[in-house]
Amino acid sequence: MKRFQGKTLSWTWQSGIIEVVLHREPCNEISSLTLEELEKLVAVLEQLSTEAHALILHSALKPGFCAGADLRELYGWIQEHGQAEVVRHARAYLERIHQVMNTIDAAPLTTIAAVHGVTFGGGFELALACDLIIADKMTRFCFPELRLGLIPGYGGIPRLKRDLGNAVVRDLLLTGRSFNTTKAQQIGLVSQVVGEGEALRAARATAVQMAKFDRVTAVAAKRFIKPIPEAELRQEIDIFCELLERPAVQAGLKKFVESTDAQPYLP
Amino acid sequence: MTRMQTTDQTLDEILALAAAHFKVPREKLAPDDDFFKTLGIDSLQTLDLLTKVENHFGVELPDYELQGVTDFRTLAGKIQARL
Repeated sequence: MKRFQGKTLSWTWQSGIIEVVLHREPCNEISSLTLEELEKLVAVLEQLSTEAHALILHSALKPGFCAGADLRELYGWIQEHGQAEVVRHARAYLERIHQVMNTIDAAPLTTIAAVHGVTFGGGFELALACDLIIADKMTRFCFPELRLGLIPGYGGIPRLKRDLGNAVVRDLLLTGRSFNTTKAQQIGLVSQVVGEGEALRAARATAVQMAKFDRVTAVAAKRFIKPIPEAELRQEIDIFCELLERPAVQAGLKKFVESTDAQPYLP
Repeated sequence: MTRMQTTDQTLDEILALAAAHFKVPREKLAPDDDFFKTLGIDSLQTLDLLTKVENHFGVELPDYELQGVTDFRTLAGKIQARL
């Protein structure tokens, strides 16, 4: 399937480059429908990669790349099914999204997240699954999960630790602060910083450059240097589910969902 | 921009940045305005303002220091403390 038009994302294939665009208002919050459509993508990724050397992931929406998990949906599940049932549901959901992230992480082609604006939580984790992050200078990254009484659940901690080290993870996770592209480049998270609105153009130029290399070599290099941190990813799911059982999480979600504060995104 | 500037200069530059980014006439913005109301922005757009300001002054301001900050003057004070 070289072309797909979904409700939360779409993709096209052209000249060996797959472009995946996120377009779920207001800021690509990852819902169960987003997960279903990401599963459609990864289901065809192996086949697409025989005719592609690069995949670019970007957002069509002005506020940013992705604001993370759809917390309103999660809160709705808790309201509907109760806390205990939600933990069972969440574990199954996390298993599915980890499968998606792991497939993108290990995809046999070079993956580039072209990001701008809000790149928070699950959105940050999605970008971290890619091989390269190209960010416009208005991008902000953040793991805000601790203020809800949770940890990131889509594989972000093990991947950030793999790529940058434990001290960076502790800083971002334990403060919950967002940070800009200058900081992101200083710590080695971002490979290129570009002007406002230029991330996709830069990603396309990078993808064209990658077409010059032998694919077998490029894939072998990636497999060698980018192992999937399997054990820590399993641990992450367990810890997330343990934390989710606590009433404090429900209270945190309720506060977020019902907030009329002008600053709900600020920790 | 210079590193040895006064808080008033910092404040003035923040007002100019906000006016340009959110396309509001500069003369409509005053130091003690509630920027949420004056600019008509939400929390995500406030992060845009923070990024603009950080990029302009070459500083990093953890966003938890912005909690409860709603006016340009206080924001300028926070930035000035990091110059």
